[in-house]
Amino acid sequence: MRRTLTAAFLAAAAVLPAQAQEQPHAFRGATLIPIAGPPIQSGVLVVQGGRITAIGGPETAVPANAVVHDVTGKTIMPGLVDTHSHIGGGDGGDRSNPMHPGVRILDAIDARDEGIQKAQAGGITTVNVMPGSGLLMSGQTAYLKLRDGNDIYDLLFCSDVLREICGGMKMANGTNPRGEPPSPGTRGRAAAIVRERFVRAQEYREKIRTAGAPDRVSPRDLEMEALAEVLDGRRVVHFHTHRADDILTALRLSQEFGFRIVLQHVSEAWKVADEIAASGAPASIIILDSPGGKLETMGFSNENGRALEQVGVLTAFHTDDGITDSRFFLRSAGMGVRMGMSRERALEAMTIAGARMMGLEERVGTLETGKDADFLVLSGDPLSVYTHVEQTWVEGSKVFDLADAKDRMYAVGGPGVFDGAAMHTHDGEEGH
Amino acid sequence: MRRINGIALASAALSLLAGAAQAQVAVRGEMVYTMAGAAIRDGVVLIGADGKIERVGPAAEVQVPAGYRTITGRVVTPGLVDAHSVVGLAGAMNQPHDQDQLDRNEAIAPELRAIDAYNARETLVEWLRGYGVTTVHTGHGPGALVSGQTMIVKTRGDDVGEALVDTTTMVAFTLGRQVSSNFRSAGTRARGMLLLRAQLQKAREYDRRRSGSEPGSRDLGLEMLARVLNREVPALITAQQVPEILAALRLREEFGFDMVLDGGAESYLVIDEIRQAGIPVILHPSMVRLGGETSGATLETARRLREAGITVALQSGYEGYVPKTRVVLFEAAIAAANGLSMEDALRTITIDAANVIGVGDRVGSLERGKDGDVAVFDGDPFEYTSHVCATIIEGQVVSEGCR
Repeated sequence: MRRTLTAAFLAAAAVLPAQAQEQPHAFRGATLIPIAGPPIQSGVLVVQGGRITAIGGPETAVPANAVVHDVTGKTIMPGLVDTHSHIGGGDGGDRSNPMHPGVRILDAIDARDEGIQKAQAGGITTVNVMPGSGLLMSGQTAYLKLRDGNDIYDLLFCSDVLREICGGMKMANGTNPRGEPPSPGTRGRAAAIVRERFVRAQEYREKIRTAGAPDRVSPRDLEMEALAEVLDGRRVVHFHTHRADDILTALRLSQEFGFRIVLQHVSEAWKVADEIAASGAPASIIILDSPGGKLETMGFSNENGRALEQVGVLTAFHTDDGITDSRFFLRSAGMGVRMGMSRERALEAMTIAGARMMGLEERVGTLETGKDADFLVLSGDPLSVYTHVEQTWVEGSKVFDLADAKDRMYAVGGPGVFDGAAMHTHDGEEGH
Repeated sequence: MRRINGIALASAALSLLAGAAQAQVAVRGEMVYTMAGAAIRDGVVLIGADGKIERVGPAAEVQVPAGYRTITGRVVTPGLVDAHSVVGLAGAMNQPHDQDQLDRNEAIAPELRAIDAYNARETLVEWLRGYGVTTVHTGHGPGALVSGQTMIVKTRGDDVGEALVDTTTMVAFTLGRQVSSNFRSAGTRARGMLLLRAQLQKAREYDRRRSGSEPGSRDLGLEMLARVLNREVPALITAQQVPEILAALRLREEFGFDMVLDGGAESYLVIDEIRQAGIPVILHPSMVRLGGETSGATLETARRLREAGITVALQSGYEGYVPKTRVVLFEAAIAAANGLSMEDALRTITIDAANVIGVGDRVGSLERGKDGDVAVFDGDPFEYTSHVCATIIEGQVVSEGCR
């Protein structure tokens, strides 16, 4: 449900953000899946001012002035967290350099891209939008909240793009970043380029320490500043990697320079699950309907979730939209269970696990008092193919309603609905 | 739909050998969807040593003879039929050496046989087999005005002869922008139509000449198109958007061939025209990527076509990247979640699919005399959390272990 310009102006005029409604909303009768604890039958969820104000069983008090929604027979769970997506039509670094730490995808995201609506229809409320994998470091990612927005500022988690860290850093190894110079021709060259850059960044970080603040270094180097954030552990590296040896290379780089890493895709995670567990790194994985598509994903397995769960690795799912469609994201949980994950870990992998990887677990990923009122009203159990996302709420505002004719078009498809959609299937600049 | 004699003979010899070696099989399920009449509660399917189904009925009535291996599961269906794929010609590695679904040299190449390019040992064939798919209509893919021929295989065997069901099932046509991007000779869609019409006209004249007193020399391409014009082999026309779907129907009307509409992303907008033409539709995968020609695809098209009385099959289709193939079981599941009844969704990947590709007399339902192709599930076949626990082709258990 995209806000019209008029609505946006009205919202702005109201001073408070549109989502911070005065009147509480109470949802009664649903099975609540808080993730933070066991399911609650015939539960009550109360939200106000964009936050969850109460959650509990049928005895939970509902404020007298609340708008009460009877959701008997439905299931309510937290909004989904997608740790790796390409919705929003953004881009990242170009071929002029294999590493672009200073490039921000937030400078290129279109909040009106239909991919946002599509993701809302799929129940996604928090998403890490990333530049592609065609470069060793394609740029800074953006952590978005899928509010109905007209511009990037409506979507970002951070409130000050000039002073806050608004996302992670995208890196990649394996075959996608290979190319003609200046891109690396081999894996050895790829790692050497990365190491050389991080050694420079270590030196630059010393300059920042000496100067007292990044903006007091002269001359300022915006790329080195971003890498210093990575070295400080304040900006998480999302590392696209498929083959077992590439996974270990990514971990080796992370250990050498001490940066925080989320392993992305990890197609052959099942081969090196113990090593991943020992490193402490979390893994963001995908469900695919078949292996292959390129040589380095021939060893892909949908049993990665099970293998990582067995050794205790924090694991989340992602869509890599458009590799898979955001509308089918919930399918990941059911398929993960099919392939051996426990129900609990699979549902966490859709929600709190991804939130932790992005450092957003204080705000999203579970239904708990005080957290953002991001939740889904589902027609049934989240693991069933027959279950539909009926409503998606972000910070107390309904952003998707299957009963709304226009929203329904984004869920089901229709003439012209996705005309602007990019195919996103080629190797290189973008891609899995 | 003819077999090439040598291959048919070799294949027959092999299946005799295999038949001699294999045990007879009984498959028992809490629910057996025969796709020929109502589902049977606690049913049994008996498959004889010849690989054919001997009997299907309630366990209370069907005695399992001694010596039969019994396989049980909660849900039993016919082996699944993928109505259109490129698996075996297009491989998982996605390298030039395993991509034979499209030759970009000639925009019209009906002479290309699928049997000459099928790799029975391709890992994606095994992958599909693991998910209950036993019959695949595969071959030259979309992307050329005429990309070549298609064929039908079972997902077994070490070579094409062992896999083969039908050598020449359809001739694959494509209308649309993707052709223009592949071939400079067909730089626009309208010009593509002209090229096709001219070539079909030429084939008509060729056919007359060949059956006359001065037959002249043979031309494999025109010969194949003549077989389409003579309605021996249907045209499989991939057309996604309304202008291309209507162009395909026009082509059929002008030349009078048998046609199957493939893709059909916007077919729901021209339901009346498709119904009047009386043609079946092999619909795009439910989870097809949106964008370009498929941007108008919907999750409810299968239901809408079926409600209009149009025969609908689902397909795994062609994928250019990751994942390299889809699985019709998962595509039908999404159709079932979006308006098709569970059994109607199952039809799109069993009996209706078999009928659309012309082998409904042999596969697609569990009936006496048909091939003993069975898929065994531990729950609702469409639920994400269910598993395919056994796949049986002509009485041979070709895949075991729940996945």
